[in-house]
Amino acid sequence: MTSPLLSLRAIGKAYAGRPVLLDLSLDVLDGEFLTLLGPSGCGKTTLLRLIAGFEHPDQGSIQLAGADLTAVPPERRPLNTVFQQYALFPHLDVFGNVAYGLRRERRPRAEIDLRVREALDLVQLGEFARRKPQQLSGGQQQRVAIARALVKRPRLLLLDEPLSALDAKLRRQMQLELKRLQRELGIAFVFVTHDQEEALSMSDRVAVLHAGVLQQLGTPREVYERPANLFTARFVGETNLFPARVLETQGERVVVDCAGQRRTLPTPGFAPHAGQAVNLLLRPEDIRVLGPDADHGLPGTVIERNYKGSTLDSLIRLDSGQEVLVSEFFDEDDPAFDYRLGETVKVSWVDGWEWMLPADG
Amino acid sequence: MAEVALPPPRHRNLLRSALLGLSWGWLLALVLVPNLLVLAASLLNRDPTHFLQLPLTLDSYRRLLDPLYLRVFLDSLALALATTLGCLLLGYPFAWALSRIDGRWRPLLVFLLILPFWTNSLVRTYAIKQLLAANGPLNGALLALGLIDAPLELLYTQGAVILGLVYLLLPFMILPLYAVFEDLRPELLLASRDLGAGRLATFVHVLIPLTLPGILAGTLLVLLPALGMFYVADILGGARVLLVGNIIKNQFLDARDWPFGAAASILLTAAMALLLFAHRLARRRLRDGEAP
Ligand SMILES: Nc1ncnc2c1ncn2[C@@H]1O[C@H](COP(=O)(O)OP(=O)(O)OP(=O)(O)O)[C@@H](O)[C@H]1O
Ligand SMILES: [Mg+2]
Repeated sequence: MTSPLLSLRAIGKAYAGRPVLLDLSLDVLDGEFLTLLGPSGCGKTTLLRLIAGFEHPDQGSIQLAGADLTAVPPERRPLNTVFQQYALFPHLDVFGNVAYGLRRERRPRAEIDLRVREALDLVQLGEFARRKPQQLSGGQQQRVAIARALVKRPRLLLLDEPLSALDAKLRRQMQLELKRLQRELGIAFVFVTHDQEEALSMSDRVAVLHAGVLQQLGTPREVYERPANLFTARFVGETNLFPARVLETQGERVVVDCAGQRRTLPTPGFAPHAGQAVNLLLRPEDIRVLGPDADHGLPGTVIERNYKGSTLDSLIRLDSGQEVLVSEFFDEDDPAFDYRLGETVKVSWVDGWEWMLPADG
Repeated sequence: MAEVALPPPRHRNLLRSALLGLSWGWLLALVLVPNLLVLAASLLNRDPTHFLQLPLTLDSYRRLLDPLYLRVFLDSLALALATTLGCLLLGYPFAWALSRIDGRWRPLLVFLLILPFWTNSLVRTYAIKQLLAANGPLNGALLALGLIDAPLELLYTQGAVILGLVYLLLPFMILPLYAVFEDLRPELLLASRDLGAGRLATFVHVLIPLTLPGILAGTLLVLLPALGMFYVADILGGARVLLVGNIIKNQFLDARDWPFGAAASILLTAAMALLLFAHRLARRRLRDGEAP
């Protein structure tokens, strides 16, 4: 096993007595794209500020490549930050901004020239070297901020919601560009976002944060398909929740009662016991809609149909009052697909596609 | 329909022209004409009864170069520079702190800063005189504490004049600095640290350039008054300290040499124009989009 590049151990931080980060431990591997995902105010920026050295943790330690960072000021940490609002120096032009870090290292002029040109070419801004930041578009400013950080050849780059100020199309383009840069340069990225789609599509691993507590750390797939708790399940994508009760366990299987229906399911990640209340989690695309005469499934009525391009999203109100979100891939030839608004249907899923969590978890 | 509510375009233009005309007229009558009169006076000869007479001459300007006066100008400039530096050294950290403290207290502190303006500066200068006098409270306290045996001669020194000028002019340095500090985004300082600049390098390469318009504006508002506030030199410096302002006053009121006083006054105006120009340049370098 390779030793981690950055290692956070039991980090705690409070502002004016109010805890913002709680006992947080996290490793970042060399060259990986790790995303911090969480709602506004959960402590993402605070965590980045601790890593960058702008703030000090109340408890815990931060190590970079085996060296303790506690007493190291920001200017001597071998990592760089791309700020949320870019923070470009308004009194310097694009070249001056990118050269700033190298000039402070007192590099020879020729080397600075060369490296700044390279960095600007990397983000496709070679022609804008003499512009002032204020004369650039948001996306261009963003790229200057990235070039300014990358020119220092850090081992770790911290990015605080770098794409949140861009419109959807530019955002998509910058996502691909960032991913390409990260792969080509082999630098580890710690990327902050509160957009779950962005987190899932870009990252090697996702760390889900809520109220200062790390909820789950895993690959996008793990986080999406096997959420550690209800918060993660709800925050990372849409989810349907079916309360159920364990009837009995049978070796590798567990029998549950879900709204009066007996279902035999594979054993989940925890050890269930008879009588335990559990939740069955199903993503909208895992739900199957059957005709009203089907021999299994929960009965309900179609109350909404939304065509979303490649998928068709429906909302079905079960007889129990619960609403279920269903997302089906659009296929005009599929005969199983022609139920209409107001029609009665049955809702089911293939056993084993659900994700079971204890109800008190 | 928004247009209905507005007066017809012709009326609006008329109103605008009237307002613009009024302000131009004001500037013309109260700024340009007096300055032109002073300029004209500086180019004339003196006359014992009518103060001024033809023909035109550059004689007054030539006399400004007289070593005797040149000495006074340079001394006065040195004193004004010392005052400006004092205000800058005190005002810079003060303005920075003011921009950083809890927003609730800021209006109160800014109010306290401008509160002294409600008292005439002449009165406040006399108060300083009392404070520094041989039998004043400062010497009294030092004597009582046993730090000195005999009263210090604080009054009628250059130091006293500088102290008075710094005291009177400090708010004029702090206010423009406070304005630039308030606009300063703290991430810029963090970005500098993040890119490898220590505290000192960040101060030199980011903080100073970004606050330069404030430094220059404050200098503008302190340096020129510090050359001209003759009553401070009169009250706190006795006859020993002369400012350019004292010369101008003396020429007009005592020596009755209007052309020479006017020439000295034009010198100050020219210095102010130069500083204003430097300030504009610095502002422009920081402003968006506009070509220099
Ligand atoms: N300097 C500070 N003083 C006091 N409280 C702070 C300070 N900085 C952050 N906080 C509080 O700490 C909590 C976490 O803030 P943080 O900026 O880390 O959130 P975030 O996850 O980055 O949110 P967002 O997505 O909105 O940027 C918030 O409740 C915030 O109010
Ligand atoms: Mg944030």
